[in-house]
Parts: sequence; structure tokens; C-alpha cells
Amino acid sequence: MKLGIVRETFEGERRVIATPEAVEKWVSAGHEVWVEQGAGDRCSAPDAAYESAGAKVVDTATAWTEPELILKVHAPNDAEIGRLPEGRALISLVYPAQNSDLIKRLEAKRITSFALDCVPRITRAQPMDVLSSQTGIAGYRAVLNGAQHYGRYFKGQITAAGRTPPANVLIIGAGVAGLAAIATARDLGAQVKVFDVRPPVKEEVESLGATFLEIESEESGEGVGGYAKEMGKKSQDAQHALFRKEAANTDLVITTALIPGKPAPLLLPKEVVEALKPGSVIVDLAARAGGNCELTRPGEVVDHQGVTILGPTLIESELPRQASDFLGQNVTRFLTLLAPEGEMNVDLEDDIIRCMLITREGKTHWPPENIPQPDKPKPGKAAAAPVVVNEPEDSGLGKYIFAAAILGLTLLVGAKAPKEFIEHYTVFVLACVIGYNVVWGVTHSLHTPLMAVTNAISGIIVLGGILLALTTVSKAVLWLSLVAVLVASINIFGGFLVTHRMLKMFRSDKDRKGGKA
Amino acid sequence: MTEQMAHIVYLIAGVLFIFSLAGLAKQETARSGNLCGIIGMAIAILVAMAMASGLHSLVYAAIALGAVLGAIVASRVAMDKMPELVAILHSFVGLAAVLVGFAQFLKGDNSEGVEHLIHQIETYVAIAIGAITFTGSIIAWGKLSATLSGKALTLPGRNLINLGMLVAIVYCGVKFCQADTQEDQLLWLYWNTAIACVLGVHLIVAIGGADMPVVVSMLNSYSGWAAASAGFMLSNNLLIITGALVGSSGAILSYIMCRGMNRSFANVIFGGIASTGGGGSSGESKGVEDCQVVQATQVADLLRQAKKVAIVPGYGMAVARAQHGVSRLTQKLRDEDTEVYFGIHEVAGRLPGHMNVLLAEADVPYDIVLGREEINPDLAEMDVVLVIGANDIVNPDALENPESPIAGMPQVEVWQSKTVVVFKRGMATGYAGVANPLFFKENTRMCFGDASDVVEEVLGALD
Repeated sequence: MKLGIVRETFEGERRVIATPEAVEKWVSAGHEVWVEQGAGDRCSAPDAAYESAGAKVVDTATAWTEPELILKVHAPNDAEIGRLPEGRALISLVYPAQNSDLIKRLEAKRITSFALDCVPRITRAQPMDVLSSQTGIAGYRAVLNGAQHYGRYFKGQITAAGRTPPANVLIIGAGVAGLAAIATARDLGAQVKVFDVRPPVKEEVESLGATFLEIESEESGEGVGGYAKEMGKKSQDAQHALFRKEAANTDLVITTALIPGKPAPLLLPKEVVEALKPGSVIVDLAARAGGNCELTRPGEVVDHQGVTILGPTLIESELPRQASDFLGQNVTRFLTLLAPEGEMNVDLEDDIIRCMLITREGKTHWPPENIPQPDKPKPGKAAAAPVVVNEPEDSGLGKYIFAAAILGLTLLVGAKAPKEFIEHYTVFVLACVIGYNVVWGVTHSLHTPLMAVTNAISGIIVLGGILLALTTVSKAVLWLSLVAVLVASINIFGGFLVTHRMLKMFRSDKDRKGGKA
Repeated sequence: MTEQMAHIVYLIAGVLFIFSLAGLAKQETARSGNLCGIIGMAIAILVAMAMASGLHSLVYAAIALGAVLGAIVASRVAMDKMPELVAILHSFVGLAAVLVGFAQFLKGDNSEGVEHLIHQIETYVAIAIGAITFTGSIIAWGKLSATLSGKALTLPGRNLINLGMLVAIVYCGVKFCQADTQEDQLLWLYWNTAIACVLGVHLIVAIGGADMPVVVSMLNSYSGWAAASAGFMLSNNLLIITGALVGSSGAILSYIMCRGMNRSFANVIFGGIASTGGGGSSGESKGVEDCQVVQATQVADLLRQAKKVAIVPGYGMAVARAQHGVSRLTQKLRDEDTEVYFGIHEVAGRLPGHMNVLLAEADVPYDIVLGREEINPDLAEMDVVLVIGANDIVNPDALENPESPIAGMPQVEVWQSKTVVVFKRGMATGYAGVANPLFFKENTRMCFGDASDVVEEVLGALD
């Protein structure tokens, strides 16, 4: 299929839909690729790199008219739609809920269009999800931008001039952006608190080393398709109260709350902003959708009583190469689904294609029928609890009965047994405990040598044979003991020798290169 | 040498044994660990010899003969025969415990009262545990070396039979302690030995081939307890310490193996897996026509394009002795700057750590051989995963289908990767008798044939 990459015209945009690495894959999959001159100029992907990846670099008009399928980041503006010949195909961000005019125009031109922002939230679609890949970048960059406007260290330090506490970061919304922001802020050494209306994310948040804030509310904010939904008035008030309380002790706030197809929810009303200390910074990642903060002005830096409010609208573009690489990888995965044999095959049975298809042959296919629900964590797949171990009888009551039996037996020994036995019993119990602790440390790959060594040392029973053979007067005892010595010796020598053989074979890369190679 | 001095030397030997096991925690320290064990053993034997003035020459002769036999066996054994060797060595410990028990009994002791009773019980228990270990290990050896059928022999009511035998052993024990003359006692001791031997056979005969890692670990543990009980009997602390170390080591290994199968210990020993065929496995029965079959040349093409490759071996690799070919394949791919990793499931093979030893034998560097938990998070980045002779450890049903007989068994999640290539002799199910939906996945390719031949063909095609 003929594919086209065009230069983005959106103001301030530096990304491109695919970098030469992705183009190389497309070419090797049998596609022809046209690239508009300068498409990757602003993200360190010069025309020459595209050419050496196997693409043709052409002027704007050719890039729009020659290919069958145009790929770009932003939805085409009016001028761009004008360049697009009728009946062609398009892959880009569309935001169909907000852009009904655009859909009408695509429909009128009989364009087959796919919206990158409509990838369903199912596991199979993850590699194609540009919202995930791009908002991850946004979360990372939000922390860096915030840090740039914040006048202190993030990490607590002890210096000759005195000590400084670590910065306190509050992150609202633990989606992809929020989680990336948590990780980045933690890396910089800040203390991170997180709020999210969806209780199930608590585990993920805590696994990144942040504190999860909760409010008393019966309402779960988990909406259709794994996104958050709008919350009732009562819980909204409770949230604001929580944020106001936290504000006094917060240096950087990052808000990431978006509800698909709706204006961003108001999380930080003016009173909360005013509760922050002067010098604090707010980064509002929802600025594009109106902002989570009442005082956000999209695309501007606002100073309100000493609090800096950043409202970036195109933050992904500040890491243009990284973002474009990801976009390229996402789109490549989608292409293998859309054109498995080289030609486009719109398979409406496929959940992913059905969800992403907006218009085709003059008809609108959006919104799609039955949106697939996000895959629930499968048994044994949750990060924190890897496997459902089904031995309740062992882990519960049985364990206590066992422990009680051992204890009872031990006490009985104490009551009845002679002194000598108690000494042996002491040694035995302590050795069991040592053995238990030592053996857990053995790496799995050495379990076979471990068995061989234990084979060898359990040959210590040879002592029994030796002592009996040397002290006896009876023939029978002598011969029994000698046979015992014989078999135990086989164990000792065989066990140690085979262990030695095995251990000699275990060699690391370094040993191999340094050794005989 | 005084008795006190001997005790101190035994203590030193015991500590050296602990260091020996501790040394195995890491590859770097493993060899010095083995050395510690050897030194500990040497000084223990020398001290024991110095303790008494008897027929030293006969004892030395017995040790020397054992040394020669041990050395021959250990230097000849091939690495894929390690499970058999380990099993037979366990039986020797059991046998030695029985022999020492009888010798000690015949020698008699002159203690009285409670002390005498305790000595008698110690002797009795040492012989019973030794006998179970002895015959059980021989059966395990037979199964592992294919002298005996690997199939589980399940008699009806076998758990009742086991219980009956246990009760009989206890009954004989009571009679043994009550008997007046040495002859009577000896008779009960014979009964004890005989029943314990049968119990050992019966316990292990009922366990199938793929559960052998658990069985071998369990017998490892028993051999330790046998040594420890001999230590009680002979009032020798070094035997007690060593026996306890070995016993807990085997117990932990058994536990790790059981966890790897998500089954309880009792389930492995007494339960046996439900061999109901594809009972409850997802989807209708599918055949070879539903999967995507490829030839070695196509596998070579896939590998040539891949940047990251993972190899997941199973018992089939050991059976086909394919590890050397796999190692050369690894070397070749790494020479082409392809990253290669191995993913080892803890119950792959017939012995804990069996796969690691085979790969080490074939000269695969250990730092690219990863455990299941280490490799799972990275599998999604793998361009190609080669599954070589493994089945039940790469079954998505275990995680996705709660009805599956192996539900909950942790898996090497190969299906996360971009392409999976399964080397397999045919479409037969694995040990658990469960269908494997992995073979029918979109990103799975099946390559049929003997693992060793297929690997050679792939190597040829890569040239």
C-alpha cells in the first residue's frame, strides 16, 4: 500500500507521525512510503534519514495526493482536507466527540478515516494506543516543567549551609500521565501524594512509592472503558476539601484529570490555589480541555499571588523525537492489523478497527457499537499478587495445628526426656532453622548442584559406620558397619565430585571470554 | 584424641557444611562452597578414625572402595542423567542408615530406664526412615532412568494402604520396645524394615514422571532426616546437624517445586493430577490444521530478523539431548548481535535446576539464563520466543481458565512476545494431559520434529 507522512501544520507542533525507524519497518513490510519535505525537521529526523530508510521525500502537494493512506498526528484542518483527494484514507487524531464538523467533511469526501484517539482499552490494543504513549511523555515532562518553575531542590539535602526538606508533590489522577509523573517526581527525590477517584489504582500508585489519598465516598469513579467518569456534587466538594487541606503542605501540583469527550473537571478552584504557599507551582495537563484549575489559561504561564500555574497545551511536543518514535511504533502496530497482507482490509469484526473507524464510503461509523470493556486483571496476572495459590488448608488452620503440634512435642520432650536427648534435640532444632534460612538463599539455577552437595554431606553417616566398626567386637556389627561405610563413601566422593564437575561448567559471559573462549 | 576435642572438630565440620550450602547462593561463591564441604567431610572422617583403635585398615579399605566407585560414577555420568544419579545416591544414604541402625542395635547399649527406651526408639525410627528412603529412591531411580514405567501406578484405596502400613510400623515399634529378648526385638526390627521398604516403594510408584522434581527433592529431604535420626541414635551432633541441614534443604526444594505447579505437597504425594484429557480447557478441541505450521527455514528467517530472542526449554530438550545444538544456535545469534535469553520454569525437567545444569554443560553462559519471574516482564519485548520441548509451563489456560486442571500454575508467559515458535514432536498433550491454547494463537508457529533435528536444521538454514 502507498503510505504518506505529512508535515504537521498545527501551531507549535514539532512531532511527526513516524520516524525513519518506523518507515524502515513499513518498507520492509512491502509498503511504499512518501514523506513530505521537512516532515521530521523539528524532531531531528531529517529528510535524508527518511530517504535512507527507503521513503521518497516529496513536496507538499505530492505527499497529499500520491499515497492511498495519509498518516499524521493532528486532525487535518480545512486547508489540509482540501488537499486530500476524494476516497482516500486517513489515520490521525480525530477527537470525534468534539469535532462533528470535521466528521461531516470527511464523510462528504468519502474518506476512510481512523481515529488514533479511539483505540479501545483492551490488552491487544495496548501497543497501538497513542494516548498512552503520548500522555506518558506528558506526565514526565510535566514534572520537569514544574521543577523548572519551582525555586528549590526537589530532593531533600543536607549541606554545610543547612538542610532542606524534600519537595512535596501532589498528583491528581493516576492514569498513564499521572503514573509517569509519579515515577519522575520520585526519581527527582520528591515526596509524592496521589489522588484518584478510581480506588483500584491505589495498588499501582503505592507500587511506585507514592502515598494514595482517599476520601470517604461510596461513589467509585470508574467509568466505561477504564476511564474516569464525572463525579457527583457531594464527592466533588469532599475532593476540594481534601485538596485545600493538602495545599498548605504542597509545593507542586500536577493535575491530569480528563473525562473523554467532556470538558475537564474542576479540581482546583481559586480558593485551593490561594491555599498554596507562594512559590508553589501547578502544572495543569488538562489545559487543552479547559483545565482542572480554575485559573489555568491554556498555553500560558499565570502568576496568581506567587503561585505559578502552567497550562501547557502541547506538552508532548516538547519531547518531539521521543514522542514521534512512540507514535511511529503505535502506528506500525496498527498498520499490521489494518493491512496484514499489504493492502488495507477494514475488518469490522475486529474490535480495534471497529472502534477506530470514523468514516467510510460516505458513512459515519462513530460511535462504534458495543465498545469492548477493558480486560479485567486475570487470575494470576495482577502485579502484586502474581499467582492465586490454592492451598488454603496449608496456609490457614493447618499451619497453626502443625506449629502447635511441634510445640507440644517439644514441651513433651522437655517433660520426659533425659538431659542428653534434650541436648541433641536442641542441636537438631537449631540446625533445622539454620538450614531453612541458608537454603532459601540458594539461587534456582544451582538447585541441582545443591542436591548433589547435600547428597555428599549426608554421606556424613559414614561416621556412624566408622565408629561402630572401630569399637565393636562382633563380626556381624563389623560387616554391617563396613558396608555402611562403603555406600556412604560412594555418596561422599560421588556427590562432591559431580558437584565440582557441574560447578566448573557454570560459566558467565565474562569467564567464557576471559577463559578459554 | 579426647572426646571434647572430637566434639569441637565436629562442630567445625558442621559450620563448614553450613558454609558449603551458603556458598551455593551465588555462582561466584559456589565452588568455594563445595570446597568447604570437602574440607568439613575430610576432618570429620579423620577425627572419627582417630577416636578409636580398631581395625583401621578394613575401614580405610571400605572408604577407598567407595571412593573409587563414587569417582567412577561421578566422572562418567552425563548431565542429562543427573536426576538418576541424585536418586541413587539418596538410596545409599537410606541404606547406610538402615545398616548403621542394625549394627548399633546388635552392638547393644548398657543404658537403662527412659534413656534406654529413647535409644531404642531412635534406632527404630532411624531404620524406618532409612528403609523408606532406600526403596523409594530406588523406585525413583527406576522411573527416571526409564527402567520402570514413568506412569503413576495408582492402586485403589492407596492412601488407606499407606496409612495401614504406617500404623503397622508404629505397632511393630511398640512391640519392639516391649520385647524382652534380643531375638524377639530383632524380629520386630525385621518387620519394621520390611514394611518400611514396601511403604517406600508404594509411595513413589504412585507418582508420575513429571512430578519427579518433587519426589527427588522429597527423598533428598528424607535422606537428611535418616542421617539426623542416625545422629540421635549414635549421640553424634555432627550427624544431627548435617541431617537437619539436608532435611530442610530437601523440604524447601520440594516446597519450591510444588509452588511452581501451584499444587500442595499433599496433592502431589497423595492426589495425583486429574488426567481427564482436556477437561474444562477453553475452546473446542482443535487439531493440527488449526495451527500455523512452519519449517526450519522459516524459523531461521524469523530468527535472522529478530533483535531479541528468548528460549524456553522443557523436558523435551533434555530427552532429545538438544542442548548442545541450542547452545550453538545461541552462540550464532549472539555473534550476529541478537540478544538471547533463556527462561527457565522451576519445574522444567526432572530435577530442581535441571535445565540450568544442561545449559551450563552445553556452555551457555549462566548470566543469560533467567528464572521465570525474571523473564516474564521482558517477554513482551521479545521478537521471537523458541519453546523447545515444553508444554505445561507455557499454557495460557493455567492463568486464564479457572476450569483448567492446571489453573493457577505459574507460567512462562511466552504468548506476550511478538512471535512464539514451538518445537514439538507432535500435537500430544503434556504431562498434565491438558490441551494448550498457545498452539493456536495468532502469533504462534508450530515446528514439528525431534527437537535436536529441528535445531540442527535451523542452524543449517542460518548459514
